[in-house]
Amino acid sequence: MRRDGRLLRMVVLAAVVIGVIAPVMLGLWETARVAFGILPAIGADTISLAPWTMLAALPGLETSLRLTLVTGFGATLLSLLVAAGASAALYSRPRLVGRILTPFLAAPHAAIAIGLAFVIAPSGWIARLLSPWATGWDTPPGIATVHDPFGLALILGLMIKEVPFLLLVLLAALNQLPVNAHLAAGRSLGYGRGLVWIKVILPQIYPLIRLPVFAVLAFSLSVVDMAVILGPSNPPTLAVGITRWAFAPDTQMLLPAAAAALLLGGIAGAGIAGWIAAERFVAVAGRWWLRRGGRGVSAEPGLSTATTLLSALLALGAASLLALALWSVAWRWSFPMVLPESWSGATWNRHGAQAAETALTTLGIAVVATLAALVLAVAWLEGEDRARRGRARWAEVLIYIPLLVPQVAFLYGLNVAFLRAGISGSHLAVVWVHTLFVFPYVMIALSDPWRRLDRRYPATAAALGSGPTRRLFLVKLPILLQPLLIAAAIGFAVSVAQYLPTLFIGAGRVATLTTEAVALSSGADRRIAGLYGLLQALLPWLVFALALLIPLWAWRHRRGLLARSAS
Amino acid sequence: MTLVLDRLCVAPRGTAPLFPPLSLTVEAGVVAVVMGPSGVGKSTLLDAIGGHLQHDFETAGRVILNDRDVTSLPPEAREIGVLFQDALLFPHLSVGDNLAFGLGPKLRGQKARRETVEHALAQAGMAGFHDRDPATLSGGQKARAALFRTLLAEPKALLLDEPFSRLDAGLRDEIRRFVFTQVSERGIPALLVTHDAADAEAAGGPIVDLVGRA
Repeated sequence: MRRDGRLLRMVVLAAVVIGVIAPVMLGLWETARVAFGILPAIGADTISLAPWTMLAALPGLETSLRLTLVTGFGATLLSLLVAAGASAALYSRPRLVGRILTPFLAAPHAAIAIGLAFVIAPSGWIARLLSPWATGWDTPPGIATVHDPFGLALILGLMIKEVPFLLLVLLAALNQLPVNAHLAAGRSLGYGRGLVWIKVILPQIYPLIRLPVFAVLAFSLSVVDMAVILGPSNPPTLAVGITRWAFAPDTQMLLPAAAAALLLGGIAGAGIAGWIAAERFVAVAGRWWLRRGGRGVSAEPGLSTATTLLSALLALGAASLLALALWSVAWRWSFPMVLPESWSGATWNRHGAQAAETALTTLGIAVVATLAALVLAVAWLEGEDRARRGRARWAEVLIYIPLLVPQVAFLYGLNVAFLRAGISGSHLAVVWVHTLFVFPYVMIALSDPWRRLDRRYPATAAALGSGPTRRLFLVKLPILLQPLLIAAAIGFAVSVAQYLPTLFIGAGRVATLTTEAVALSSGADRRIAGLYGLLQALLPWLVFALALLIPLWAWRHRRGLLARSAS
Repeated sequence: MTLVLDRLCVAPRGTAPLFPPLSLTVEAGVVAVVMGPSGVGKSTLLDAIGGHLQHDFETAGRVILNDRDVTSLPPEAREIGVLFQDALLFPHLSVGDNLAFGLGPKLRGQKARRETVEHALAQAGMAGFHDRDPATLSGGQKARAALFRTLLAEPKALLLDEPFSRLDAGLRDEIRRFVFTQVSERGIPALLVTHDAADAEAAGGPIVDLVGRA
């Protein structure tokens, strides 16, 4: 009797449900309880709407809400437009694009944000490049380009991270489509290249990138680290406000914080629902537009604008990361000098040891979380193979759940539960919570290459008498070495970048490069912030470099595998 | 040794069978041929016999190998070798290790195993190729290495899924003769699916035309 790996699948499903989904649900539940007045630890034990009235009475709430909506939807929509437009120019060179985008994908949000804050600040690089010859400024002008009241700097920072992500997701989806044939067919009917892209290619691709778009939306609505560094501060976005209230000295503030966290969860849910409604509308309007058969207006300028914007975003991102490196070794660097006037290793000498220790903690947490996620992902995919079937739609959504629920909405309650269980503030709890976010990304990164593996390789091994375990370890995993390492590198980068989970579940006792960098970003000394930001980006880069180099070395005598990974 | 297909039928789950029930007996050393246009389900038939079908297919009927019903066995327990259109040498293993992967575990001892592999390589006309990267082999060499990897596993039957179609014309004859000679020398029943009449003629065994559903 064939069991089709049922045991393996049951174990993996149980591990994912208990280890990944349950904490999200438990967290949401606990957040909701506090939001309705139940938090025995501070003496609140009757169901009431008091937290909501407290929240409503907080000054600036309306502005916070507006900021959250504008920055969240703004960043997502703009990122999607830029990525979709740029994909038209770049679809034929996915490998090159991947190489260029990887450093930006790997760099943590906080590192980019700290660097960007310097690049666009009134006293920053752009102003220095133009001063005093073009602007006449001898001292930094008094305009708020960072922490601006409209959240524009925050939107810009989010876009630097989100456009590369969406672009890579788009290119992977385009890979599944005979793009050239569709382009040729459309153009032979008299449509311009840009119009074919919009009318024919994108509608086919969009369903494949929907979940990532929702993840970006949920993230943008609830981001904290970038919003602390780049966003308006008084009042801040709702997510930043929640974090402040949750860590306020007055424990009564925990109640409105929970109400706001639940509200943010509701906003994300309503946001996704609204997005889906907008999709429907665009689909109907699009069909009407398409049926008119118009070929007149060229869409080319729009697409090339998107490509230009992409280049500008990447240039800003690169400048931001470079700025971190320069600040960490700068000594005197006054306005309007473009480069430091004097250099020094003093920052590294003074803070290097402390930073190295923090880096080690960061590394340890990331390695364990990544390994756990990788084992779970491989077990899941192997379970699908043994069942000889693909993934059900519900399972796909299940994997995405931790990315679709705003972090703060469930981390708040999860920490309440962890406190009760006495594991809040432990490294283990932090690793666990990191795994919630690492697992989906590892799964997303690994699924496509896993399915692309020629099924006839394991079939051949089976025909040679190899059982499923031998097929997995001797055939599949070695052939998939590179995608496995890339997935691990992505997971590692995700872990290093986690701010809110470390802060909440670490209860302030677990310091990583990211929590330190964010804390230092508000300080006066750009040199230390630069050092921590740089280390924060260096760690994932190093792991990505290893992920690329190890297969090159391991398979240096195996052209078949190198050619495969090259294609 | 005999391979018997008893009213074997394959259907995508929930739909009509791909072809009418197929009954066929292949005697030892004989290469039987299943012909049919592409898309009729020839490869799917071989997947069903070898045990490699995906979940979205269901089968009816039986596959009997040497009086043993293997229909519900996993592929690794059926002792049925397969050669695909592509050689599918494992890209991460050397040519010799590919053959050693096939060689059954019953033969013990590093030295004995190595000698067996070297002997097989010599038979394939590839002496001295043990440490070569499979990606550096010619098409004919890949095909021969794949054949010997399969033969070293001592299969009780052999399935040939158009293994000659990717080879160029001159080589095709040579490899075909080579494979058929090995089959008859070892007395293994073999089943070849092809849409190439020359293949069918060269095989010399019974020929079944697979007719798709209307």
